[in-house]
This record gives sequence, structure tokens and C-alpha cells, in this order.
Amino acid sequence: MKYVCKLCGYVYDPAEGDSDGGIKPGTAFADIPDDWVCPVCGAGKADFEPE
Amino acid sequence: MLKAQEIKKDVYWIGAVDYESRNFHGYSLSPRGTTYNNYLILDEKKTIFDTVKPEHAGFSLERLASVINPAEIDYLVINHAEADHAGALPDFIAACRPECVFCSPMGQKALEGHFRAWKNWPLKVVKSGDVISLGKRSVHFLETRMLHWPDSMFSYIPEDRLLFSNDAFGQNIASSERFADEISREVLLSAMSEYYHNIVLPYSQQVLKVLAQVGEMGLDIDMIAPDHGLIFRGKEDAAFVLKTYRRFAEQKPGKRAVIVYDTMWYSTQTMAYAVAEGLGAAGVPARIMSLKDNHHSAVMSEVARCGLVMVGSPTHNNGILPFVSGFLTYMKGLRPQNRLGGVFGSFGWSGECVKIISERLADMGFELPADPVKVKYVPDAESLEQCFALGLTLGRALEAKCG
Ligand SMILES: Cc1cc2nc3c(=O)[nH]c(=O)nc-3n(C[C@H](O)[C@H](O)[C@H](O)COP(=O)(O)O)c2cc1C
Ligand SMILES: [Fe+2]
Ligand SMILES: [Fe+2]
Ligand SMILES: [Zn+2]
Repeated sequence: MKYVCKLCGYVYDPAEGDSDGGIKPGTAFADIPDDWVCPVCGAGKADFEPE
Repeated sequence: MLKAQEIKKDVYWIGAVDYESRNFHGYSLSPRGTTYNNYLILDEKKTIFDTVKPEHAGFSLERLASVINPAEIDYLVINHAEADHAGALPDFIAACRPECVFCSPMGQKALEGHFRAWKNWPLKVVKSGDVISLGKRSVHFLETRMLHWPDSMFSYIPEDRLLFSNDAFGQNIASSERFADEISREVLLSAMSEYYHNIVLPYSQQVLKVLAQVGEMGLDIDMIAPDHGLIFRGKEDAAFVLKTYRRFAEQKPGKRAVIVYDTMWYSTQTMAYAVAEGLGAAGVPARIMSLKDNHHSAVMSEVARCGLVMVGSPTHNNGILPFVSGFLTYMKGLRPQNRLGGVFGSFGWSGECVKIISERLADMGFELPADPVKVKYVPDAESLEQCFALGLTLGRALEAKCG
């Protein structure tokens, strides 16, 4: 499932991951480490909600 | 000849006043001009907070030089990378040769995106909660992400009970007065609202979060110095600003209406006037704003105080007029909440106008308690009665919503 950042609108797509943040493609949102931050605005994981 | 202005002991305003500016950020009007405020603190570490718009670099550097040789500056703090505050950063770095340039984590990314020379700059990233010492004073940083850019940050000086708030709490007012208590409160509030509703509004949830954080941290504040417009001095005015932003962010619907329209042959305009009569009969004050005569940002400043937005357009090439479409795009981006909408328009043969506007308002979360009124060609007395009834119904619905 995709997750969207409530602060800036960035969408985390598990199929793509987040290469800058060291998240491999195929990583489910739940499996992302808790200290990961939104690559666009720096918001924490808690600021994301299902798209 | 330009002088720095001391706003607290050893704290100076060194900004630029732009009386000519009528166009803020290239998309909204600033009828009263604006200022780009930046500040200097003389302590063991001589520190500048923010710069100005690049064209105004010389003015700010001149004010700086009126109190200190720029080469003696130790630190720059960049609370926001946007051009009106960091645009003159290359000039300040050249003149001051600072030991450190402090910015937020997102600030570093934004500076990298704006300035190719950033690699040669002594950037130092600070996060929420980080503190640096200036000698007698300290600077506490608070990231205010998406208020209104990812990199936005506050700097708080507890020893001076002073908050540098960057874009937050700004107003587009060019003036020789520096303090909010020196001008009319009505003009001040109107400028605060115009600024909030054309820049900050989409981030109202973050505003509430930051206000809660400031409350929790128990910050003792008796001066709030934003980067545009006037400075708030004294505990009372500091509290006034925070309270005003809470009110703006909460977006309780106002018992007023704005009727926004464009027209080709005046049928939709005639309808707008009939709608206004109906609103009047319901006891709801209304302002009619033609999009040919009013810029979208001026309309948005009116939407600020209105719980009801009525939108009218004739049908044009199976769609709506471009100014109406542009206004709807603009308003959608600003994400107004808790509002009622109403729709009307004239048409000739296909009449898509009201359906398109209704869908776009619904998509923005507007409640549409009444069916739109659509009139073939020129409205007759009966169709104007329908417009009157639309105004009356929506006026009553607004009354009920406002409680
Ligand atoms: C009020 C305002 C809102 C903005 N909103 C966004 C946004 O939602 N997403 C984004 O990617 N950039 C946003 N930006 C950043 C601009 O797109 C960016 O500064 C861009 O470089 C401006 O290009 P220009 O020089 O052609 O105007 C915004 C800028 C401003 C001033
Ligand atoms: Fe800004
Ligand atoms: Fe600004
Ligand atoms: Zn984000």
C-alpha cells in the first residue's frame, strides 16, 4: 500500500522504495525503520497516512 | 546613509523596505508593498538572522555597516532558503566571510538547489532542539516544516525573550514604522489575514502543531520578529499574534459570503446581483467580485472571512471562463476548510458551466447545500427569482452552519 506525507504530499510507493533514504524497492511502509524521514520535507514516519 | 534600527539591546533590524512591490512571489498582490526583514545580534558571536531579496542586498549591507564592519560577522542563520530571505546570501557571505552558516536539514537541501556555490560555504545543519551559544545569549532552533516550505525554521533567543519567526506572522506592509503597535490595528489585521490566506492557509494543520509546540515548550516571548512587515513587541502583542494565527488556522466559518464570477455578455453578472439580494434577505452580508476587476489573491483575502463562496461562470466552449477556472485552481491549492459553496451561470445551448464548477468545489471539500441555478441566455424575471432564492437558501444554510 502507498502512504502519503500529511505535511507535504510526498507519496511513498513500496514498489519504488526511497533510494536516498536507503529503502530498497519492495519494502512495505511498515518495514521502514522508525528513524526514516520524508525525503521531501523531513517529516517523521508518524506523519504518513495510507493514500 | 541607511541605518540599522535597534529593536532590543544589541539586537538590530537591518532589513529592506520595498515600497514599490505590488507583486508578492509572482502570484499574489501586495498592494501596500512589503519588507524583507533581517536582524543582527551583537554578542561575543556577531550573528545575522536571514538576508533579503537579492536586489535589496546593498541596502541591508549598508544598514549592517552602520553598526559594525561586516567582516566582523561570525555567524549567519538562514531560517528559510526562499529568494526573498536567502537570495542575498552570496552577497552576505562575500561581505561577512562567516565562520558558520546555520540552516535546517531541509534548508541544506534547499540551499543546494538554489546556489551552485553552496559547496564552498561553511554550512552547519541544526535541528529542532539544537542550541548554539552566542556568548551571553543562546539561539534555540525549532524546525517548522511546511510553514511554509520544508526548510522553514524559527530561531528563539530565550535571554531576550525574542522569536525570529521568518515567514510566519508576516504581513505585506512597507512602512517606516517598525513595530505593529505603531500602526492601525485594522490595517495590521487585514494585512496579516491577506498574507495568511494567500500563503500559509494550506498548512493550517502545521500551524496548529507549531502553536501547540510553542505552548508545550512554555517559551517566554515578548517580541516576535517576522521577516515581512512589522515586529510585535511586548507580551500582549506576542500573545495577540499567536491567538490570531490559531483563529486563522481553525477556520471557523464566517457569516459572510463572497460572490465570485466572470461574464461575457453580463447575464451571469446580472445573476450575481440577484443572488446577492437573496443573501441580503437572509441577513448575510455579501460582496460581489468580478474576476476581471479583482485579482485572485484579492478574492482569496475576501474568502478568508466568508463561510460561503458563490461561484458563477457562463458556459464557454463547453467549459467555464478561464479566469474562473484559474481562480478555482488557486483556491484549491490553498485548501480552505469548513465552507459552503453555491453555483450559478448562464449558457446558450450545452450549459456545462454549473456542473463543472460544482464538481470542482465538491472536490475541494465544499458543501453544496442547494442545486445550482443555470439560465438559458439572458435571465428573465422568473430566473432572477431563482437566483434570489438560491441566495436566500444558501444564506440560511450558512446561518445554520455558523450556529
Ligand atoms: C507559495 C509557494 C508554494 C510552493 N509550493 C510548492 C509545492 O507545493 N510543491 C513544490 O514542489 N514546490 C513548491 N514551491 C516551490 C517552487 O516551485 C520553486 O521555488 C520553483 O523553483 C519556482 O520556480 P519559478 O522560479 O519558475 O517560479 C512553492 C513556492 C512558493 C513560493
Ligand atoms: Fe517563504
Ligand atoms: Fe518570505
Ligand atoms: Zn513530507
